Amino acid sequence: MSQIFHPSLNFIAKAMVLGIVILLVVGSVVSYVFVRSPYMRGTTIAREQPVFFSHEHHVGELGLDCRYCHVNVERSSFAGVPSTDICMGCHSQVWAKSPAIAPIKESMETGEPIAWNRVNNIPDYAFFNHSIHINKGIPCKECHGRVDKMGWTRKTQSLSMEWCLSCHRNREEHVVPREEVFNMEYELPKDPAEREALQAALVKKYHVDINQFQVTDCSVCHR
Amino acid sequence: MDEKRLSIAELRKRLAEKTGKGYWRSFNEIADTEEFREFLGQEFPSGAAYLDDPTGVTRRTFLKIMGASMALAGLTACTATNPEKIVPYVEAPEEVIPGEPLFYASAFPLAGYGMGVVVETHEGRPTKIEGNENHPASLGATDVFAQASILDLYDPDRTRQPERKGLMKTWADFVKELADAQASWGDGEGVRILTGAVTSPTFASQIQAFLETYPQAQWHQYEPAGRNAAHLGAQLAFGETVDVLYHFDKADVVLALDADFLSSGPTAVRYAKDFMARRRVAGKPEHAVEMNRLYVVEPYMSNTGVIADHRLPLRAVDVEHFTRALAQKLGLDVEGGDPEKYGEWLETLVADLEAHKGSSIVIPGDQQDPVVHALAYAINQALGNFGQTVTTIEPVETQPVDQIESLTQLVEDMQSGAVKSLIIFDGNPVYTAPADIPFNEALKQTPFSVYVGASLDETAVETLWYIPRSHYLETWGDVRAFDGVVTIMQPMIEPLYQSKSEYEVMAALLGEPNAAGHDIVKGYWQAHAQTDDFDKFWRVALNQGYLDGTQSPKKAVTASAAAVAKPFNNIASEEIEIVFRPSPSLWDGRFANNGWLQEVPNAITKLTWDNAAMMAPALAERLNLSDGDLIVLNYFDRSVEAPVLVLPGHADNSVTVHLGYGRHVAGNVGRDVGFNAYAIRMSHKPWQDTGVIFTYTGKTYPLARTQDHHLMEGRHLVVSGTLEEFKKHPEFVKEETEYEKISLYPEFAYRGNAWGMTVDLSACIGCNACVIACQAENNIPIVGKEEVMRSREMHWMRIDRYFIGDMDNPDVVYQPVMCQQCEGAPCEVVCPAAATVHSREGLNDMVYNRCIGTRYCENNCPYKVRHFNFFQYVDVDTPSLQLMRNPNVTVRSRGVMEKCTYCVQRINAARIRSKKENRPIRDGEVKTACQAVCPTDAIVFGNIKDEQSQVAQLKASPLNYELLGELNVQPRTTYLARLKNPNPHLTEEV
Repeated sequence: MSQIFHPSLNFIAKAMVLGIVILLVVGSVVSYVFVRSPYMRGTTIAREQPVFFSHEHHVGELGLDCRYCHVNVERSSFAGVPSTDICMGCHSQVWAKSPAIAPIKESMETGEPIAWNRVNNIPDYAFFNHSIHINKGIPCKECHGRVDKMGWTRKTQSLSMEWCLSCHRNREEHVVPREEVFNMEYELPKDPAEREALQAALVKKYHVDINQFQVTDCSVCHR
Repeated sequence: MDEKRLSIAELRKRLAEKTGKGYWRSFNEIADTEEFREFLGQEFPSGAAYLDDPTGVTRRTFLKIMGASMALAGLTACTATNPEKIVPYVEAPEEVIPGEPLFYASAFPLAGYGMGVVVETHEGRPTKIEGNENHPASLGATDVFAQASILDLYDPDRTRQPERKGLMKTWADFVKELADAQASWGDGEGVRILTGAVTSPTFASQIQAFLETYPQAQWHQYEPAGRNAAHLGAQLAFGETVDVLYHFDKADVVLALDADFLSSGPTAVRYAKDFMARRRVAGKPEHAVEMNRLYVVEPYMSNTGVIADHRLPLRAVDVEHFTRALAQKLGLDVEGGDPEKYGEWLETLVADLEAHKGSSIVIPGDQQDPVVHALAYAINQALGNFGQTVTTIEPVETQPVDQIESLTQLVEDMQSGAVKSLIIFDGNPVYTAPADIPFNEALKQTPFSVYVGASLDETAVETLWYIPRSHYLETWGDVRAFDGVVTIMQPMIEPLYQSKSEYEVMAALLGEPNAAGHDIVKGYWQAHAQTDDFDKFWRVALNQGYLDGTQSPKKAVTASAAAVAKPFNNIASEEIEIVFRPSPSLWDGRFANNGWLQEVPNAITKLTWDNAAMMAPALAERLNLSDGDLIVLNYFDRSVEAPVLVLPGHADNSVTVHLGYGRHVAGNVGRDVGFNAYAIRMSHKPWQDTGVIFTYTGKTYPLARTQDHHLMEGRHLVVSGTLEEFKKHPEFVKEETEYEKISLYPEFAYRGNAWGMTVDLSACIGCNACVIACQAENNIPIVGKEEVMRSREMHWMRIDRYFIGDMDNPDVVYQPVMCQQCEGAPCEVVCPAAATVHSREGLNDMVYNRCIGTRYCENNCPYKVRHFNFFQYVDVDTPSLQLMRNPNVTVRSRGVMEKCTYCVQRINAARIRSKKENRPIRDGEVKTACQAVCPTDAIVFGNIKDEQSQVAQLKASPLNYELLGELNVQPRTTYLARLKNPNPHLTEEV
């Protein structure tokens, strides 16, 4: 019986075996990087909204406090998206005739709520609570970025579990004074020693349990 | 599973051969057959065979489905998901904080009586019922029905709009036709109203107004499982109708005459709480350890019978005979009893009662004949209990009448054509009327009939008009508790559909078709509240959930046994009786479409999705019947087919059937489940009678019982003893359960709180409220009868039931088992995905999104408390069910393991609250759902590191033991051994 394969095919066979290994390795690396990429995490997209609303204008230029619209951020797990009547509190007077305000006026007149597009979203099996973070001195911009510089709002952090844990494992490095939580401009002291001293004092003052590791327990977020 | 038929005599023999205390769970276990071993040997009974099921999934379809889902899984990963929407309010309500629940007080009405509840709502959606701590019928706990009522609200089978002869109509159509009909009503000749028991002051005043407007109109009442017998008994004994209240918090000796006062009826939660408070041993200083004593005489093995220190199984028809014997012994002038028959049992009971004059109670069951009630009242009087442990009040119900008579009268008039218009408020009389009252036929003679009912049922399809009645969480109303205290019910949500409350329909009958429930109820109280500041009165009433000072006034009466001196029943002892009882799951049938209640295993029989003809082993032996045999029950020329269920402890020559099953017209859940016992129920003896005849059909019927599932291989898992034993030798539990503990694993570093739980086996009455509370709190799906038969029920907690001793009158222990949160959890070390891991506070965390469904953990769990979600049991598509879910608990999908988490969502909420306030979590701040609902406080949860906490103190009790302590898994849940307080003078049972 003659040979089915010519000897020169040996090389191709070896190359293929190697190729599969290389493909697996490269494939794993690429997918590892890809799922963590800003593209996959959606941090590159500025979401359009049904109302031409700009945080840059309201926060950056006019200096509105976050809590003026996100009223429940200190009390509830959910920060809250302003109800139409909050918008109309100003806009019944200010820019009342502008076409940009039309969807809000329409909502007020018809009673149909405005359906905003969600920007920051975590999966249903993860439970996040705004109030406790605010209360322990975690500033808004830590997760939401400089919204005072955003036209259309966009996500700035990956919101992956890895990212959550990076903070939960080093809580003392993220605490700022409570009165500066809503201040977009606030910067911690540049000097490392000064900064450390301030945060150590804050951790003590706010009873942030840095010695207890329970906030990395699964059931803190998953239940 | 096919059960080999084994003769009861053979079982008896094997049981006698068993040594030690002799705990057993089922006949199969005693029989220990080859087949049973095989059944247990399979880790997942019948599971592997599932693919061979010709009616189910074939291998071919399985591959097809798998192929499709693989393809879909690939596709979904490639599409960018649309952003989720956030829809805020247009005008935000002042008090609603999205994300934070609000709690409102209201009342849960059942058979006319209210139980105070506090309803948790999330953004206007009621999601969970809790008890109202200050309400007399609740004291913070609730029963199984109140817990499950939330599912009724969101039941997708509810009717959306009024119907006329099956056609969709509107309220306006009805109002128009009503006006036409009313034009000929004149003075009300031929106009009738039929209601259940009415305690609502507003509704009663509306009926009054109606009867004034139409003086010739008549009001009939029929409550299928009401308190008619108690009222008739009061008539016999006192010459007038009063309600009798029992104060178990003051009683040392209690005799229950076929009364399941611990778990049945509108008083059960309160009575169970009062009764158990005088029975608790654990956690009390040694010198203060005392227990009350309970004697029970009953046919069926009720939950009260399980708790009894002495239980005498007796046919229900013989209870009168027994009561007469007791009365004679106590010196009352009655005839017909034969004290000799009950020998030492009765002697001891009499001595015990006489030694506790003024601190004893003799309580007759709501389903016993009026004569037993009358005799019991006379006995209580002779014992000097009146004014002490027994009080009498003006009846809470408005105008209590003899309901059977009332219904009979109505049907006679309907048949003679005298009734032109009939308006029925709830009660489903076509289904619930006794078989000899031809309500359905009579209805055909009635030209204008209207039914206001909760669901499209047997009555709704027979009447001309059907108006869907609003759920109690959707409507304004008021209701009185068993002691008369009024609660004003407030709606938690706008009516989901075009339904009307009974108040609104009644207002339409009075010419105000557009009156709103709120105005009707508020209007009544504006006219009747004795207050200067009505606004304040109204706010306080709604806020606290009851009205102060509305208890029914006390009414002093004297009981006389003269009217009942001569025996009413004289029945030969060999005749077989039939006993009708409201189902502990479906009550009179009104909860038939509630899947939670259908699937909750009956406490004693562990039967789900069915009722059965329950009988004693001795009777089954004589008739050569065994579990699942289909028999025909013949009674007064009427018959019904029913499967046999042999119930240890049942009285001989007696068959008990539960009402409420076999509904032909119900939603998708309740239709044709079980058999209809109303079909053979007669008006002259609605609860028990002799003269039933059986015929064995030769067929068998599959019963879905959870009894054999999760069997713990015969290890001694419950520890029980007597108070006397405990006093003499407090360490007896320790000696029985202590093992040498060696571990290979390193110590785990715990920080923060250490969560733990104790379950008091003495206090568990098997009422199932915890099982349903857990289901509601944790979004647990139901799986259906077929899946239950494959042992795939999803309940995170179950109540195990152990029999002790002989099968004719065994002792029974209930043992609630949920995840034990082991410190050395065997499930954790085998999980390949780290989906179940330990928390620093000692919880055995379950991370659903990590679970890949290997089921290794379930295999390795010694307690069998992990449940695998084999299919997509959760209905995620039906919009109304989405509203019901607890937003703080993940809705688990197919292929995921689930289990009890100690209600970690409640722990987290309390932790966040306490951290914001910079304080530790207080003892009692976190209550698990099962703990909160328990009427007897059997479950206690808290921080075991805090020595002052209640749970730590209970764990220090010598009664405390670990389940399967020999495994050294160090469970955080421990049990308190069951203690009973038998009379030392009574050694031999009858």
